Amino acid sequence: MPKLSIDGIEVDVPAGATVLQAAEAAGIEIPRFCYHERLSIAGNCRMCLVEIEKAPPKPIASCAWPVAEGMVVHTDSPMVRKARRGVMEFLLINHPLDCPICDQGGECDLQDQALGYGAGGSRYAENKRAVKDKNLGPLVKTVMTRCIHCTRCIRFITEVAGVPDLGATARGEGMEVGTYVEKALSSELSANIIDLCPVGALTSKPYAFVARSWELAKTDGIDVLDAVGSNIRIDSRGPEVLRILPRTNDDVNEEWLGDKSRFAVDGLKRRRLDRPWVRRDGKLVAASWDEAFAAVAARVGATRPEKIGAIAGDLCDAESMLALRDLMGALGSENLDCRQRGERLDPRRRDFYLFNSGIVGIEEADAILLIGTNPRREAPVLNARIRKRWLAAGIPIGLVGAAADLTYPLRHLGDGPGALGDAAAVLRDAKRPLVILGAGATARPDGAAVLAAAWKLAADAGALSPDWHGFNVLHRAAALVGGLDLGFVPGPRGKAVAEMLGGGVDMLFLLGADEIDPGRIGADTFVVYQGHHGDRGAARADVILPGAAYTEKDATYVNTEGRVQRAQMAVFPPGEAREDWKILRALSAHVGHTLPYDDLAALRLRLGQVNPVFDRVGFLPRFGCSDTAGPPGDPAALGEAPFAPPIETYYQTDPISRASPTMAECAATFAPVALAAE
Amino acid sequence: MTDQTEVPPGQEAYQPASFAFDAESESEIVVHLAKYPEGRQASAVLPLLYIVQKQMKRHTGSAWVPRVGMEAVAARLSMPPIRVYEVATFYLMFNLRPIGTWHLQCCTTTPCWLRGSDEVVRACREFTGIAGWGETSADGMFTMTEVECVGACVNAPVLQVNDDFYEDMDAERTRALLAALREGKPPAPGSMIGRQTSAPEGGPTTLTTLAFAPEA
Repeated sequence: MPKLSIDGIEVDVPAGATVLQAAEAAGIEIPRFCYHERLSIAGNCRMCLVEIEKAPPKPIASCAWPVAEGMVVHTDSPMVRKARRGVMEFLLINHPLDCPICDQGGECDLQDQALGYGAGGSRYAENKRAVKDKNLGPLVKTVMTRCIHCTRCIRFITEVAGVPDLGATARGEGMEVGTYVEKALSSELSANIIDLCPVGALTSKPYAFVARSWELAKTDGIDVLDAVGSNIRIDSRGPEVLRILPRTNDDVNEEWLGDKSRFAVDGLKRRRLDRPWVRRDGKLVAASWDEAFAAVAARVGATRPEKIGAIAGDLCDAESMLALRDLMGALGSENLDCRQRGERLDPRRRDFYLFNSGIVGIEEADAILLIGTNPRREAPVLNARIRKRWLAAGIPIGLVGAAADLTYPLRHLGDGPGALGDAAAVLRDAKRPLVILGAGATARPDGAAVLAAAWKLAADAGALSPDWHGFNVLHRAAALVGGLDLGFVPGPRGKAVAEMLGGGVDMLFLLGADEIDPGRIGADTFVVYQGHHGDRGAARADVILPGAAYTEKDATYVNTEGRVQRAQMAVFPPGEAREDWKILRALSAHVGHTLPYDDLAALRLRLGQVNPVFDRVGFLPRFGCSDTAGPPGDPAALGEAPFAPPIETYYQTDPISRASPTMAECAATFAPVALAAE
Repeated sequence: MTDQTEVPPGQEAYQPASFAFDAESESEIVVHLAKYPEGRQASAVLPLLYIVQKQMKRHTGSAWVPRVGMEAVAARLSMPPIRVYEVATFYLMFNLRPIGTWHLQCCTTTPCWLRGSDEVVRACREFTGIAGWGETSADGMFTMTEVECVGACVNAPVLQVNDDFYEDMDAERTRALLAALREGKPPAPGSMIGRQTSAPEGGPTTLTTLAFAPEA
């Protein structure tokens, strides 16, 4: 632990740290453009210059200078200021200074630092350099003349995203950042380079010229378009959500966000259900809330409880699922299911359906086996974590399932369950082996056997020990873990999804369930759809109750690790639409079984009573495996069919992204690439 | 404003559709790859780009590196193509467009300039009819490029033609050289005034009285 003095402050930092990191430990901020704590060190912007006593008598780039015992650093001496002013003058020579028409204006590192180190005028009388803009696809807009060559985007795309498409071609004044041969960035994490860009060279294409950062209200939210539960910041102005940015949470998404989670936001304004609808004479007609509730209540009164069913969809919050579960319980029905694709997940023990090691646990694993999953499409941020682990330790990674390029080398062991027998070879000799089972791999007739076989494989490989739980289920639906935690599953005499369809029930309540083929619902089944988008479920519905999307409610979500997280309401639901639990609470009064909670606090109290995990918000304790007895399922019943790729099109997986024009454009742009990759 | 309609790099009409190393190139590649330890083969990117450029010279008469050639190098060295594009665009010695049979690389750095490189450049322009740097003459015989110091300052000014140095140039000697090149008969490279390597003009000027011991 070298001890050094920075501006008179003594700090101890680990050996190998840089002067810039030591300064941060001392609470001193050093301006920088190219340095980023999650990327490799480039040392090319020269903004972080400091003066170090008894070092070479020149300004030193602190981001690339290792600390040494007894070092004396000055970060604000006259020499340092003069040097930084010189760097800033050079940076501004070729920078267009078009801040009034630049989308980065107001959140621009160059603007901020020019305030501290910029001169009042320019000594440069010659023409500025102009650089041709690049076409990086439908998400990232480029104004390359603004580029200051920090190379953060190149390093991110190469290191974190693992899709080395970006580079710096030519040199000197001719240097340009781009793909050279024009192509769209084929990464699901590509838009993170917008956040990384310290200037306005890379900005958001869909958000171009939409708003200024200081006009926006910023609300903390949780992403629901995959099951990672990425922490997001929802930027809204008035009734509109304008953009979504990642919020740093080192345990979940670090500071990255998948492109879908970021850009499906324009789907929140399209195809919205903003008023109740009731089907009369075969046609949906607009109705009032009272008419809609009356229509549902009349039907509930005329139906035997065991012929009423409820299915929860991918994007549901825990509050609304609990309200629906309680309502069904009050009506006397046990036909509940949140596994709308028919996943054979076992709700009896929590570690049968969780990502038990936690996402940070990936960074401790020394061998990983992926079964029936494509994490790059199901959870790109989590896939980046696997890649990070592979970069750090070069661990062996195996895949059983559809072959795919996951941005790290892996051994493809087979397509179907038949290959599971030999798959354990990948985990041999590993002290902390990790098995990642895609939830989609259990959505098949032999799903229970797949689950049991994966568990057994993990147990045999030594992945289940009192201090390490290496059996992980990777979900793709944000609601599923919450639903299983709440027991939103069929009771002892209840029907699962497959039995409710095809006329198994006379009345079906769909809570945002849009992944069910409407053709499978019995022709005579009375369907109530509660949700926010006019998607498959609403098209089949007899009564539509307009609900709130994930940016429009105070809600609780449980991610694939079992981490309970709370999102806050950023904007109000459109029109007549309401928060989902309130709709269910109002409906319960109409059917004569008023639910016993009148406000969110009471509902959340009830959440904690149903399952104490809901009282532990944000924090995720990690458990080892104390009981290696696996889920019941006969490993001998494994079928032959290969695991199907769970997600065909990353960009369109749910009602929100299907309604998004940006996502449609991405799907069209990248579809041929995706086909070529397989 | 920049010209947004320009063809993106690597997609110009003159780019060939495919590139494959021929037998001669393959035998050179083996030599270079053997210099680097296993897993560090990307270090051979510069020699391999030269091999591409030389192969293009053999096959088409024009020494340049097409995009598909860079991609062939990337595939051979297991590098992402962009890493090869970066290297190839960084070094001016790689021609990324087809060039003439004779690549006239005129050094105009200070020593050559002081010794009359302007005259050499003017003679080249007049003889070939080339107006600007980087352009190729109408007959496809010559391409003129301005280069920085090529390291032959003692015999300045120097004109590098393809891989060879022609030193101690002036306008007259440049015209004679270009005429010979047009005939396809390049003279022997080196000093054009008969100077021995970089010894003083007209023979030794120092140590002239030194008596050498008789050879044993």
